[in-house]
Amino acid sequence: MKAVQMINIVKVYPNGIVANNGVNFEVEVGEIHSLVGENGAGKTTLMKILFGIEQPTQGEIRIFEKPVHISSPHDAIKLGIGMVHQHFMLVPSLTVAENIVLGMEPTKAWGTTIDMDRAVEMVNEVAEKYGLPVPAKEVVLDLPVGIKQRIEILKALIRGAKILILDEPTAVLTPQETEELFVALKNLAKKGMTIIFISHKLNEVKEISDRITVLRDGKTMGTYRVEDVTEEEISRLMVGRDVELVIDRPPAKPGRVVLQVKDLSYYREDGVRVLKGVSFSLRSGEILGVAGVEGNGQRELVEILTGLRFGATGSIVLNGEEVLGLTAYDLRRKKVAHIPEDRIEKGAAVKASIAENLISDRYYKRPFSGRLVLFPKKVIEFAKKAIKMFSIKTDSPLTEVGMLSGGNMQKVVVAREFTSGADLLVADQPTRGIDVGSTEFVRKKIIEVRDSGVAVLLVSADLQEILQLSDRIIVMYKGEIVGYFDKNEGLTEEDLGYYMLGVKRHDPDRVKEAALL
Amino acid sequence: MRRDRIIFETVRTTLTILIALLIGYVILLFATDKANEAFKWFLLGPLSTKRRIVELLNRTTPLIFTGLAVSVVFQAEIFNIGAEGQLFFGAVAATFAALYFPHIKFLQIILVMLFAMAAGGAWAAVPAYMKAKWNASELVSSLMMNYVAFFFGLYLVNYHMRDVNAGALVSYRFPRTAWLPRMLRRYNLHPGILIAIGFALLVWFFLYRTKYGYELRMVGKNKEFARFSGIKVENVVIYSQIISGMIAGLAGAIELMGLYKRFVWQMTPGYGFDGIIVALLARNNPLMVIPAALFISYLRTGSYVMGRMTGIAPEIVVMLQAIMILLITAEAFLAFWKRRMIEKSAMSREE
Amino acid sequence: MNEVIKSILSAQFFYSVLRVTTPVLFAALGALLSDVAGVINIALEGLMLMSAFWGVMVSAWTGSAWIGLLAGVASAVLLSLALAYFHLNLKTDLILAGIALNMFASGSTVFLLYLFSGDKGSSSSVKSYVLPNVDIPGIKNIPILGDILSGHHVLTYIAFLSVFVVQYLIYKTPLGLRMRAVGENPNAAQSVGISVKRIKYTSLVLSGLMAGLGGAFLSMGYVSWFARDMTNGRGFIGLAAQALGGKSAYGSMWGALLFGAAEATSYTLQAIRIPSEFTNMLPFIFTIIALIIYARAKIMQIKKIREKQTSHEEVGL
Ligand SMILES: Nc1ncnc2c1ncn2[C@@H]1O[C@H](COP(=O)(O)OP(=O)(O)OP(=O)(O)O)[C@@H](O)[C@H]1O
Ligand SMILES: [Mg+2]
Repeated sequence: MKAVQMINIVKVYPNGIVANNGVNFEVEVGEIHSLVGENGAGKTTLMKILFGIEQPTQGEIRIFEKPVHISSPHDAIKLGIGMVHQHFMLVPSLTVAENIVLGMEPTKAWGTTIDMDRAVEMVNEVAEKYGLPVPAKEVVLDLPVGIKQRIEILKALIRGAKILILDEPTAVLTPQETEELFVALKNLAKKGMTIIFISHKLNEVKEISDRITVLRDGKTMGTYRVEDVTEEEISRLMVGRDVELVIDRPPAKPGRVVLQVKDLSYYREDGVRVLKGVSFSLRSGEILGVAGVEGNGQRELVEILTGLRFGATGSIVLNGEEVLGLTAYDLRRKKVAHIPEDRIEKGAAVKASIAENLISDRYYKRPFSGRLVLFPKKVIEFAKKAIKMFSIKTDSPLTEVGMLSGGNMQKVVVAREFTSGADLLVADQPTRGIDVGSTEFVRKKIIEVRDSGVAVLLVSADLQEILQLSDRIIVMYKGEIVGYFDKNEGLTEEDLGYYMLGVKRHDPDRVKEAALL
Repeated sequence: MRRDRIIFETVRTTLTILIALLIGYVILLFATDKANEAFKWFLLGPLSTKRRIVELLNRTTPLIFTGLAVSVVFQAEIFNIGAEGQLFFGAVAATFAALYFPHIKFLQIILVMLFAMAAGGAWAAVPAYMKAKWNASELVSSLMMNYVAFFFGLYLVNYHMRDVNAGALVSYRFPRTAWLPRMLRRYNLHPGILIAIGFALLVWFFLYRTKYGYELRMVGKNKEFARFSGIKVENVVIYSQIISGMIAGLAGAIELMGLYKRFVWQMTPGYGFDGIIVALLARNNPLMVIPAALFISYLRTGSYVMGRMTGIAPEIVVMLQAIMILLITAEAFLAFWKRRMIEKSAMSREE
Repeated sequence: MNEVIKSILSAQFFYSVLRVTTPVLFAALGALLSDVAGVINIALEGLMLMSAFWGVMVSAWTGSAWIGLLAGVASAVLLSLALAYFHLNLKTDLILAGIALNMFASGSTVFLLYLFSGDKGSSSSVKSYVLPNVDIPGIKNIPILGDILSGHHVLTYIAFLSVFVVQYLIYKTPLGLRMRAVGENPNAAQSVGISVKRIKYTSLVLSGLMAGLGGAFLSMGYVSWFARDMTNGRGFIGLAAQALGGKSAYGSMWGALLFGAAEATSYTLQAIRIPSEFTNMLPFIFTIIALIIYARAKIMQIKKIREKQTSHEEVGL
């Protein structure tokens, strides 16, 4: 039996973008079906239509072979559809249990009061049933992403979902967390759950799916049994050309020390100590990888280094000058570039044009402006060049960034930071959520800037990326450096994973080597 | 494609105005037996005589200024609604400068304007500083500053600059050196409207063609992004509000020097809130502020003409204005056709 | 000077604080109920005015103050439904819609007043009924406390009771949870099948209800007539009071009380011939100062935590 049939779906967004252009998509009951395609291919749009968030312009949907009209998520949930979104949809100030039971709260006192005890119980019940434990009474705000993910899945399960959509669920997970998720998903499928899985990581797609549907430019390129296609073939179908999945990296030629971090400690606003005496150094022409599960101090480290967070102790020397406590304003002028983890909140102004986004760190300089006046022609000229150089998919430099797909948005950020002429580039999850083609592109660029003499600090939860690009690696766990690897040859993702989870650690002398060159 | 949209917007706006007018007409039918006549005065009154055209233009002037003032802060996503108080206090400062600064031809006008701008800017600097330094809600503080400006201003005027010989609670009359010249011999059309249009161009240039304008807009689009990019957000928060306050303050000076030649307000003139309407109608675009202000001014003038000619309370038009503003800015009103149009043209492009 | 202090410390003063706080408190609670769901209700001013007007009119026609109250509140709720419709269905800018409805309320009340009574200024010719004052048995006889707390207008009691009701509604009931979710992350609410629109409608209606009560108090308790624009900024002051108090009903109450105290003080000062322009200014200056203290305290708090932690040791992650 077919769980989902989407027939000839067309979606035109109010701005005239045709995101789906006659898509056909079918999923069997009980299978794990992957949906792949480049950034902007229309995957999320298709799933939003299935979940009732967007309305199709044309087309027909059948659920369990019955024609349906899904006009809101409420309808979708009633039909047994659940969705875990690309960007988490949680209310940070509420507890886990509140987030999960939201909209179906158990009550007491004639329905006037939420029965919190019962809610926690309910959550624990489903959590146990599906093997997805969560801290039901804690506030969601500061929980690790892995847990947030589980909360999202539980939200769907507790509503009796029979069809579960997961939009890029692994983009933010460690290998271990991904593994756990996959075990859970396979269990669900065995129990008869139908799962639609979206990911840009083709090895995962290969591992978990029964069948794969490829989208390109809003059209279906075909549906394949997983054993019939290789990763290379999938990426060719997606991109329309061959993609190098392995990037060759010439040995680094490190130069002078650009960044020297010594004994950096930091207490967050809530009093938690999130950095404990971190020391390392970084030379021009090399890439230092920072591995670690999210939430172990990397975010704070990056923000302190780039002048977005204050109140740390210790020392940060940049090009021989103490810079601890300086603001982004100062650091940008001292040649620090930064690809932030969150491109929508920090990296870009989604309501501004591509051109305006590209000059945000240099608008005050020649050739973009004189003493007072901006030179729009020069700005557009530069934007056009950057769009070409970084193959950003758009028809005009005046397009709002918010109208681009995730991957293209990231390219705008990357284009700005790579052309800023920096000495130090802090790249925080530079390829998160972008497709194979763009990932290849960004990684190649990172090596390119390294070879042009930039010092690169690469923070990533994607171990494949860390291993592929880094010349040296530090591993962070609970605010400390617990592992230091000088050469990464022979190192595997599993090896790093043990350090990331705090199972293994190097002795202090070896960790100190990260700082001494 | 683009042409289609412009046509659509024009059709839509025309249609909504017509619908709003129809509603207004129906209300008039209930209110009076002279509905036709009243309606005619309301619609055509502002253009019926030269005097009324002058009235229309003079009424547009302060609306352009406050519309600009509000646009500047709104572009920076700062919710400072203090234009009302800044204008009022600017007017008080202008009164002081007009009465006590040296009475030198031309020079005094300039000085009065500058002084009013300084006063308006200073008034705006309070919420600005509070926001930048302590992140205190500018909505609340600017609103409070409006009341303070009003009462403090009244105190200054009523206790220190009051003309006891005048019949009403007003200040002394300004010396002639602090009068804006007339542009027409028989009517009091003052050059305020030209200054206002000049300012609209200037503000547009500032926002879209200078570094500081760029900073301001980026802060408005995404504060975190601006900070991340190395823009000093606190500075922007402060200077955008001060600039806005200066524009509003200037409006107060021009209003007094151009129209009344003395301080006359015992109630707030309400231009600040009108400025919010104008700015929102203009989508915070300084150039669009001019037609938006003219539109609001037209409605106002129409209502006064109607009131004068038929004795119907002008308040009815306040209602009408409200309905018009609601309908015209209702994006989803008649949006059905728009969607169909976009879909059609998008699909035809695909094929 | 002594005279001033004496009159400020009198029971009568505190009684009047509660009295002048009442309308502001209603407005603040109205502001809170919509703010929690992520909608700024700029129209509070107009909603109150509407209710004040229809309360007087209907009570005059029917001869019943209670029916008047009902009509007043109903008119405010209707107008807030209009706000919701324009903002949520027709996608008018929320603030613009709020301002427009304020204009509408101001214009329509003056216009109708003129139609009904031939007077554009106030309804002195219309005989309005007033809701009763209530003595609280028990408390009434306690010396000073009785003078302060007893004998208030019935709506004053309802206002202070509403504080607890609203707090409970927002933080304990399913509706409150949904409102908070919609206010903080509408996408999250939508993703579990909650209709964001419906929740926003509900909170605007509740907000209108509060504003309606506040408006009725003004014309059927505070005074017993309707005058044009008689709300005189209280809707906005309610917004400010709520902003001072954050997302809690108790906070809103303290904010409103601050205004009430300042306003009552200014009446007292007027009695000793300080220019009214000065005394009228006081509540607003107080608010600015309170705002600064509040905002500074929040910043200092964060600083202190960090200092304390750096001097102590090791708090693990
Ligand atoms: N709300 C929206 N309004 C207008 N255009 C949109 C909107 N959402 C998406 N688009 C556009 O529709 C196209 C498809 O986007 P969609 O998000 O479905 O892609 P995707 O396949 O999920 O990409 P990614 O892998 O980057 O997540 C893109 O060109 C995007 O810019
Ligand atoms: Mg997507």
